[in-house]
Amino acid sequence: MITVTDLRKVYRQGKKEVVALDGVTLSVPKGSIHGIIGHSGAGKSTLVRCLTLLDRPTSGSVSIDGTELSSVRDSEIRAARRRIGMVFQHANLMDSRTAAGNVAHPLELVKTPKDKIRSRVAELLKLVGLEGFENAYPSQLSGGQRQRVGIARALASDPEVLLCDEPTSALDPATTEEILDLIKDLTRRLQLTVLIITHEMNVVKRVCDSVSLLSRGRIIEHGALQDVAGELDSKLARALLPLPPSEPLHGALQRGPVLEILFSGDSAKEPVLTGVARRFDMDLNVLAGSVETLGGQQFGHLRVQLAENADFDAVLRYLHERGISAKRVAADAAPAEEGAN
Amino acid sequence: MNDIFSNPVLARALPEAIVETLQMVGISAFFTVLIGLPLGVFLHVTAPGGLRPMPVINRILSDVIVNITRSIPFAILMVALIPLARALTGTSLGPIAASVSLSIGTIPFFARLVEACLRDVHHGKIDAAQVMGSTNMQIISKVMLRESLPALVAAATTTVVTLVGYSAMAGLVGGGGLGKLAYNYGFQRFDVTVMIVTIVLIVVLVQVIQLVGERISRGLDHR
Repeated sequence: MITVTDLRKVYRQGKKEVVALDGVTLSVPKGSIHGIIGHSGAGKSTLVRCLTLLDRPTSGSVSIDGTELSSVRDSEIRAARRRIGMVFQHANLMDSRTAAGNVAHPLELVKTPKDKIRSRVAELLKLVGLEGFENAYPSQLSGGQRQRVGIARALASDPEVLLCDEPTSALDPATTEEILDLIKDLTRRLQLTVLIITHEMNVVKRVCDSVSLLSRGRIIEHGALQDVAGELDSKLARALLPLPPSEPLHGALQRGPVLEILFSGDSAKEPVLTGVARRFDMDLNVLAGSVETLGGQQFGHLRVQLAENADFDAVLRYLHERGISAKRVAADAAPAEEGAN
Repeated sequence: MNDIFSNPVLARALPEAIVETLQMVGISAFFTVLIGLPLGVFLHVTAPGGLRPMPVINRILSDVIVNITRSIPFAILMVALIPLARALTGTSLGPIAASVSLSIGTIPFFARLVEACLRDVHHGKIDAAQVMGSTNMQIISKVMLRESLPALVAAATTTVVTLVGYSAMAGLVGGGGLGKLAYNYGFQRFDVTVMIVTIVLIVVLVQVIQLVGERISRGLDHR
């Protein structure tokens, strides 16, 4: 379990002070994957540097299983760093070392006996699915294979926490899925605590149990995936279940009110739209929609246009009674999609 | 052709000149790498934003020693260093004395090349090494030097080629070797044969050094 409490980082640029992190607090339980999503400039890189102790935070703390990391003495900093394994966007492997050599690198640093290194490296390469690639140099491996070596290297020192900084941003979609599945699998098997820093919502959707939205050095929304996805007004929900911009359809319904509906979990199993249509005896059109399974729950986000003479308030009340969030939106286009992405 | 083999100067003085040139290049190459490599590492590591910034010492080494030494024309530096050579080797003549000024002339040059090689090591690799808990010495030896080894070999090759050129100049002020041979016989006695033979030999020497250096560098490069 990793706990970050009120982490602040202020840089000096000449006489100006730049606040890169403005009180970040989060905690990730063992065995789960937490996504941190945000624009570039939101403070993601600074957060990574503070978590890996490459930078000292100005104030606040980072602790793993109750052991304070951010205030260790310089002489202990290297031991503290070994408790966090890090996976980089571009793997950052050593070109002069083979796959096995790269995985052995962290073990060599603490003078592990040679035969022990050999067996541990073989074990780690097997774990990430790279048996038989021991002697390949990074230049002979594909991007996905390089990232696997990077993951094996990060796990070599038996860390409790795995910190992944944009682990798939340099990979194609198919390889991205493979790597994410590997991270998910390893998290369960090794009971790791995983933090994934990313700007891609798809990464969050696919593997994360919980998510934080970082903006201007602050976490402005956070929670379990199924909780944040259920809030119609949350930026994360809008990013998790995005609706394409749409124009009102021409024809009979063209001046009717437009409604955005977000339903989740059990309510998703009820036929919402046909329910409305039958109850109020009216036509409606779906302008845009997105349905996903997030954190094991089904979610649907729809933009619907009702008939012009519809009793809007009654429809709204009908939906709210069934635990479905809904609100009226401007008819002409989607509201500006702000937030993550 | 016949001229070459019957030329008395070549028969008498050429073997000695070749040995002297190889001595000068060999000895000064050894000391250049021995001192220039750590100096280059130190310049890189202590630079602002480096692994262990030491602004004052870095400034002094970088500006005062390296840049000043490099800005003095080699011919002048060599003459100026004759007293030092005499103090270190007991003589101001011969290839061994000349190696002192040759080394001092090329150490800063090589150090700058080393510094540039290390700067080219991708910063992500240093980050990765730091995150896995490396000491600074481990980062220097296992990441910086090892990752830039092909480039370092290429830099050393360039330096040795430069040394061949400098050694010819050193010949003029008492160093001996092919430079002296070409000057004494080729220039002052208008012996064209000697001139051409020395030029060809120097070109061949440079070619061989370049070829061997490139081979080694390529063999080490796994990118």
